[in-house]
Amino acid sequence: MEKEKPYVVPYRLYSNVLITLLALTFFSVAITLIDLGNISIVVALVIASVKAFLVLKYFMHLKYDKPYFVIMVIFVFSIILVTIVVTFLDYLYR
Amino acid sequence: MEQAKHIAEHYDPEASKIGMWLLIFTELLLFGVLFVIYAVYRYLNHDAFHLAAEELDTFMGAINTVILLLSSMTIAMATTALQKRNKSLTLVLAGITILLGMIFLVNKYVEWGGKFAHGIFPGSEYLTEMLSQGEILFFGLYFVMTGLHVLHLIIGIVLISVTMWKINSGKVHAERASLLENSGLYWHLVDIIWIFLFPLFYLIN
Amino acid sequence: MDSAHIMNEVNYLKYQGRFKGFLGWIFSTDHKRIGLLYLYSMATMFSVGLLLGLAMKLELIAPGKTIMEAQTYNATFTVHGVIMIFMVVVPGLPAVFGNFLLPLMIGAKDVAFPKLNLLSWWLYVLGVFLVLSALLFGSGTPDTGWTFYAPYSFKSGTNLLPAIFGAFVLGFSSILTGLNFLVTIHRMRCPGMKWTKMPLFVWTLYGTAWIQLLATPVIGITLVLVALERIFGVGIFDPALGGDPILYQHLFWIYSHPAVYIMILPAMGAVSEIIPTFAQKHVFGYKAIIASTMAIAFLGYLVWGHHMFTAGMSGTAQYYFSLLTFLVAIPSAIKVFNWISTMYKGAINLQTPFYWAASFVFVFMIGGLSGLVLGALATNIYVHDTAFVVAHFHYIVFGGTGFAFFAAIHYWFPKIFGRMYDTSWANIGWLIFFIGFLTLYTPMFYLGMMGMPRRYYDYLQEFHGGNILSTLGSWILATGFLIIIANLIRSARRGTQAEMNPWHGTTLEWSVSSPPPVENFDTIPEIKENERPYNY
Repeated sequence: MEKEKPYVVPYRLYSNVLITLLALTFFSVAITLIDLGNISIVVALVIASVKAFLVLKYFMHLKYDKPYFVIMVIFVFSIILVTIVVTFLDYLYR
Repeated sequence: MEQAKHIAEHYDPEASKIGMWLLIFTELLLFGVLFVIYAVYRYLNHDAFHLAAEELDTFMGAINTVILLLSSMTIAMATTALQKRNKSLTLVLAGITILLGMIFLVNKYVEWGGKFAHGIFPGSEYLTEMLSQGEILFFGLYFVMTGLHVLHLIIGIVLISVTMWKINSGKVHAERASLLENSGLYWHLVDIIWIFLFPLFYLIN
Repeated sequence: MDSAHIMNEVNYLKYQGRFKGFLGWIFSTDHKRIGLLYLYSMATMFSVGLLLGLAMKLELIAPGKTIMEAQTYNATFTVHGVIMIFMVVVPGLPAVFGNFLLPLMIGAKDVAFPKLNLLSWWLYVLGVFLVLSALLFGSGTPDTGWTFYAPYSFKSGTNLLPAIFGAFVLGFSSILTGLNFLVTIHRMRCPGMKWTKMPLFVWTLYGTAWIQLLATPVIGITLVLVALERIFGVGIFDPALGGDPILYQHLFWIYSHPAVYIMILPAMGAVSEIIPTFAQKHVFGYKAIIASTMAIAFLGYLVWGHHMFTAGMSGTAQYYFSLLTFLVAIPSAIKVFNWISTMYKGAINLQTPFYWAASFVFVFMIGGLSGLVLGALATNIYVHDTAFVVAHFHYIVFGGTGFAFFAAIHYWFPKIFGRMYDTSWANIGWLIFFIGFLTLYTPMFYLGMMGMPRRYYDYLQEFHGGNILSTLGSWILATGFLIIIANLIRSARRGTQAEMNPWHGTTLEWSVSSPPPVENFDTIPEIKENERPYNY
């Protein structure tokens, strides 16, 4: 097996990502004070998605892994999304 | 047994990593289905969900979110520490991760306990007689999803504990880091699930 | 001479490691032994399921009660379905032939995680016992149908929890097998075996493994929710508490439709191996078969609602699912053209595996065409929940996966056991089985169109004639099956020695001895630039 030297991610990067995540969390709580009506769920999910993206890319190392890992992850999230969309073809139009 | 050694000696970290990612995919699908159910019922019972969510403590949920995010950082850092051959720091970071996980469990225990004390649990009289259907669904989903999440968190704690043991005994080290990396991946999954659970249950208002 | 070489002087059947005898088998991490463990356990479960099916057909030979009460009939078709689906056709070819052949076909010594592989089989056995315990203990055999539809599944007084739990465990076994195969194919192909040089059976195992991995968790959690409903009354599918039973159906079929592609893709893969070998000709459209395999695997996720056209979905959903169902039929049909074109102008070697493969194409086509009747909304409402559906899925699953399984066992038999079976008896068995199959299921198409419902133990007098014919067919089929099995069992023990490559196949498994040595290859093969499978 080839001996590839894995990239050693510096501690500083991880703590920066954490700070960003905490800021996003704080923001997501603060924004509930504003009444956005139906968009509030969208905002909440967008923020959550950004947080998940950061965890995937940095904590879970996808930025430094071979491309096929990223392709697989995108594929799986897409399948879940498509399932929700298709299920709603039923519920939205009953 | 010669045969088993011959094949098992072959250490392929990339194979193990793919294996752990595939396991993570199954968990994503598992929780994904629960999110589908949540989405459908929230769409059908919009106001009831808002009403029921007021029973939940946003601050508690936010604390738990912070705890898990922090623990994700510490377990990620543990890999760096292992690669830098700093065994004691690795163990400290992994240990903090477990500790944070335990605090999350205590919080959850208190939270659930509070619900039970108010008569809010699946099949309770209060639930079935006093609450509307949408609220019953909300709490049903709340208990199932947070309960399943807790189960996976416990599995994650066990995984990291086993990893710590093996780091300590020298079986896991810079050249053989797979177990720590993959346990970390599993832990991040637990974190990601909570990242989505938090707004859906605690930020509806 | 190193230890590995000495190891490889023993074949895998005779090898004695740390454990001897029976224990040496049930604790073996050798993929070849695990494949056989699956073969024996699945054959046993199939026989049980077959007996249940015969009992059902016997009940249906005349209107009214024949040999059992209605409740018993409900329990019988439930257990028949659970066994056949979860214990036979879903593990199916991957568990037996995938395990045995995948490493051999890609030039590896075993799968990526041999111990996990053994765990998969142990989970299979555990799942079987759990389901069977539902029959033997508690408040009565489950009677919901293998589909466990809500709300009856959480209201039924019968003993559902062990059955649900058993199905969950069986699902876990399936997931782990899929995981193992995916990592094996990604990481353990021998040098020179690029993705575009893999045998077609391996490609189908790959596509199937993704479905096993991604679809099974869906039914896992759905069954858990039903269990929680029974135990705690959570309310997720209970209309009294706000739940939607149709949502249960959505979730159930989100797994169970892709599950049928788990059943059929490896079957198609095996047929794609057999036809070129017995036509002694390169397969027609190697890349097209790969593309259509992946297309089926993907599109198969998007069509689940065609099981629910009369359930109460929106019109939009009905149109969408019907359209997608017609779309997914296209890549399946493409394969049929590939196989026939492969045979065209080939030098056909008429052997038992070829008979099975050719009859597979025939019954698969009929099953598939009847699927179009079911996929079209206007016709579906007349034949949904009738015997027509029963005919359709038996043609396509029993005819499809079943025939392919028999084709595969006769094709790879010399490799697996190092012996040849009696060809005359094998062919007689095939013919009788085939005739029995057609006699058993063809009347059901007609009966369904005339309006005979499924899952009823009674029917109107006008359906009597068709049912007599159908039950007769079941006895003919059972006779054929007995002949086939007896021949295989006898030949495994006392058949004539088989040579390394009796069918002149070109894939790697035919380059090792029959039966293979413990570690498959002395030296890992290397595929040269101009080498490819089916190079006749």
